[in-house]
Amino acid sequence: MRRVAPLAWLLPLLGALALFSLLPGRAGWLLPWRLTGHDAELARLILWELRLPRLLLALLVGAALGLAGAVLQGLTRNPLAEPGLIGASAGASLGAVIAIYSGLGAAFALAMPLLGLAGALLGTLLTLALGGGGTLSLILAGAAVSGMLLAGTALVLNLAPNPYAAYEISHWMLGSLADRSWDQLGLATPFVLLGMAMLLGTGPSLDALSLGELQAASLGVQLPALRRRVVVGTALAVGAATAVTGTIGFIGLLAPHLVRGAVGHAPRRVLLPAALMGALLLLVADLVARLLPLAQELQLGVLTGLTGSPFFLWLVWRMQRESP
Amino acid sequence: MTLLRAAGLELVRRGRGILRGIGLAADAGEFIAVIGPNGAGKSTLLAALAGLVRPDRGEITLDGRPLRDYAPRELARRRGYLPQNPRCEWPLSVERAVALGLAPLGREDAARVDAVLASCDLGTLRAQPVTTLSGGELARAMLARALVADPELLIVDEPLAGLDPRHAWDAAQRLREYAVDRGRLVIASIHDLNIALRRATRIWALRDGLLLADGPPQHVLHGALLEELFGMMAQLRGVGTSAWVEFAPDGR
Repeated sequence: MRRVAPLAWLLPLLGALALFSLLPGRAGWLLPWRLTGHDAELARLILWELRLPRLLLALLVGAALGLAGAVLQGLTRNPLAEPGLIGASAGASLGAVIAIYSGLGAAFALAMPLLGLAGALLGTLLTLALGGGGTLSLILAGAAVSGMLLAGTALVLNLAPNPYAAYEISHWMLGSLADRSWDQLGLATPFVLLGMAMLLGTGPSLDALSLGELQAASLGVQLPALRRRVVVGTALAVGAATAVTGTIGFIGLLAPHLVRGAVGHAPRRVLLPAALMGALLLLVADLVARLLPLAQELQLGVLTGLTGSPFFLWLVWRMQRESP
Repeated sequence: MTLLRAAGLELVRRGRGILRGIGLAADAGEFIAVIGPNGAGKSTLLAALAGLVRPDRGEITLDGRPLRDYAPRELARRRGYLPQNPRCEWPLSVERAVALGLAPLGREDAARVDAVLASCDLGTLRAQPVTTLSGGELARAMLARALVADPELLIVDEPLAGLDPRHAWDAAQRLREYAVDRGRLVIASIHDLNIALRRATRIWALRDGLLLADGPPQHVLHGALLEELFGMMAQLRGVGTSAWVEFAPDGR
């Protein structure tokens, strides 16, 4: 009884949703015939400057989060692991928030993604330096570093000189794909793709790690090198993504779970489907945010948090039931 | 040439000598049982011989070449290792978990997996998730995982722990056949002295990081050594291949 490979339905579904996602938005429904009608110029502008970057960003960021989640869960052999775990998201937030606070972000458009990326690298390198000894110490160090960086972010918020800056910071932290430019997308893309390539290459080692660290080492896996690769790959992929979109939780946690059973649980086989599932989830979340008839568009981070945390609780409940 | 050789192995952890000057040599075709009380240094010795723990002093050579000169992957192709209580953390099927042992070869090999599943009596369990196996079934699956790559040197830490008598004797017989019939070197720590006596071709007796005895079971396993090892009255009863070890907890 072979189950259908998830790629067989993920790819067509993702393609269809991607095309559909070009239609709705704040600037009105963009139906195909508008591209040739009397306001064709405007319609093309909306498509090119608003919808297309937004779609590509959703695919890129969602895939990065899903893949990073799958790799981290494989590395830690802990189904609750996710990219926020190793200080990448918190570092990126701090970097981006500093850019807003200092006014650099307003003066120079690329300051925010650049500082975000620097923050993500700082966070993950700190985690690696403090917790490089083993997978458990890596998780604990990641929690400590994340806490420290989040406190730093809160401090910046606390010291924000005017209410407008504070508002902008907290708004950014909620995460969104709205109104991102081609420049921002272009800056993040190489880093995200490089990080994802590093993460995709960890498959065979993650498979061997299913047997525990000792057996994996006996099978020729070099654990310190693997940990370094995962941490740097996650910093690049998730850090660059977070710097552009703000923090978007739960995609990295959820995506691997939704495909794991269908591929027979082997960590390597989870990677690619988890990336596609992450892209799908973020695309759907962004579509929902756009289609909900509210006065103010719902922020993505709020939406993924609201739907993701019940799932997380269910996961904890199920784990408790399985191993009391 | 001797397949595996170690000289002057010393390892100190927290001021305590775990290995204190161990020298040994072993060859293909041998099934060596490492015996000794808890904390004797058996697991550390096995991990060091497998190249997974680096001793503070001394040298280990495989095929005449120092272990530390092997690339991890190259070593993994030639030596199999199974730690104590091995497990698999995701609910992979038995078949896929066993196939993980082929990782150092860098390719899949369904024929080898089939053969090892059959020889380890796992044919009917091949599609079952490993996380749902009983302790004995899991031990068998993990042993199959270690055997599937067909390593020249196989090091297993307490492969018989938690097995019922029949499966323990079966597993020991399997290890013996792998060593003697296929010309491999198998080194296993074993607590059941009767199995060690009857199935191993050689005994290494370890206590407090010292190698107290090294030789064929019938020569080495006698009352005096067992008392020295375990601090308990013991003697060898019977003769030849039907001999057995008996402990006397309340004196003679």
